[in-house]
Amino acid sequence: MGEARIGRVVVVGAGQAGGEAVQRLRALDHDLEITLIGEEPLAPYQRPPLSKKFLAGELDAARLLLRPPEVYEQERIALLTGRRAVWIDRAGKRVRLDGGQELPYDALILATGSRPRKLPLAGADLAGVHLLRTAADVDAIRPRFVAGAKLVVVGAGYIGLEVAAVARQLGLEVTVIEAAVRPLARVTSPEVAGFYLDEHTAKGVRFALNAQVAVIKGTERVRAVGMADGTEIPADIVIAGIGIISETALATQCGLAVEGGIVVDRQMRTSDPAIFAIGDCVRRPLVHFNDRLGPLESVHNAIEGAKIAAAVILGKEPPPEEAPWFWSDQYDLKLQIAGQFQGYDKLVLRGNPKERAFAAFYFQAGRLIAVDAVNRPAEYLGAKQLIQRGKSVAPEILADLSKPMKEIVAAA
Amino acid sequence: MPKVTYIEHDGKEHVVDAPVGQTVMEAAVKNAIPGIDADCGGACACATCHVYVDEAWAGKTGESSGMEQSMLDFANDVEETSRLSCQIKITEELDGLIVRMPKSQH
Repeated sequence: MGEARIGRVVVVGAGQAGGEAVQRLRALDHDLEITLIGEEPLAPYQRPPLSKKFLAGELDAARLLLRPPEVYEQERIALLTGRRAVWIDRAGKRVRLDGGQELPYDALILATGSRPRKLPLAGADLAGVHLLRTAADVDAIRPRFVAGAKLVVVGAGYIGLEVAAVARQLGLEVTVIEAAVRPLARVTSPEVAGFYLDEHTAKGVRFALNAQVAVIKGTERVRAVGMADGTEIPADIVIAGIGIISETALATQCGLAVEGGIVVDRQMRTSDPAIFAIGDCVRRPLVHFNDRLGPLESVHNAIEGAKIAAAVILGKEPPPEEAPWFWSDQYDLKLQIAGQFQGYDKLVLRGNPKERAFAAFYFQAGRLIAVDAVNRPAEYLGAKQLIQRGKSVAPEILADLSKPMKEIVAAA
Repeated sequence: MPKVTYIEHDGKEHVVDAPVGQTVMEAAVKNAIPGIDADCGGACACATCHVYVDEAWAGKTGESSGMEQSMLDFANDVEETSRLSCQIKITEELDGLIVRMPKSQH
């Protein structure tokens, strides 16, 4: 902002991005008036464990929280939970909440996140049919998420496969239905997808690939999933993980530029210089990928956006962007991803998938653009550093396991 | 409840109550200790919770796992007693633990 002194910042959305933003703002400015508005009843919490340890019952609600609720009061951050922002008056620089209260701002941060796609099918509202986005969703799922129950997962993305892994570990019968011909079709290569298909199959997960759900059957509660080919899959629980949609209603209402998500520049500024947007709801330039506008549905994106926006609003130097990163835990497999694999023309494997520890490096026109590393953290961090530095390494060098990753990166 | 002392790279000390069963990283994040970001929340995926365990305590915090060691290989300013604080579980035995944060995480 620079010119005018910033005294009041309002953050709309109390997820990981919003929670991180208020913490950064307070760390940078002792006197700033900070308000954080969230629709959920909880203080900001981590979403990644929802489909992993929280679903498995290995992490309780208190540990899910980013920080204890009392911290907000101690740091004089007004945390308004269970409240919705319904209107933005850009000319008057005010946000109106449900109930009519209006909050003036000098700078506004939209961290409105995303919502999961619903199954566009008859029966999708039956009891036992769930989406998985919030702690409340998991609380609703868990009572019947027990050994012997029949679970049908619709969508074989990361959420769906993580849920399937937890379910098998707890002894549920699991079928995963996917419209594409392979799992993880949107997010990784056929090679890595094939590895995960084999792992889940070996653990007893059944897959229906290239398959369309036609209807959810049951009276009050779900009883079965009806497929387009007429077959039926019995189900006590259905969980759909079929993608997310950026929450852009407020941005659209007040006339900000929106293209699938709220369009921001490298400083997380929207088309209104007093309004910033961060996290799942944005499309931001990916600096390591020719400034292509990207949705990044990740913790990395949420936290980095928060750090940048807080610094820019308060006239500080923002941190440099990291290469996009992400992870997925399934069984004892830790998948760590850096970069963006879309558009790759060459894939190189380092290590053998049969040993359950390998990395897939993705190249485009000779340039390293991404890595999927399974139980191979050095390959993940090494590739991430290379992508950040704009460096590349010849595919045959990366394929040579006799050279440690650290040496390869140091020599690049 | 065990107490853990976190020392910033510039010498500033923070003493916090750390519940048994949580990790050294969690106790830091929940008390907003500068220098421990822990972006991934303890999934051993980001290496932003790197600490130096005080020499006197290095024997009690246990060994780092292969995965943790590989992550540390790529962290900055790694020393003999470097650990990822998300991989150190608080026990009664660790009451009084002292860890320092590297300058690069400032």
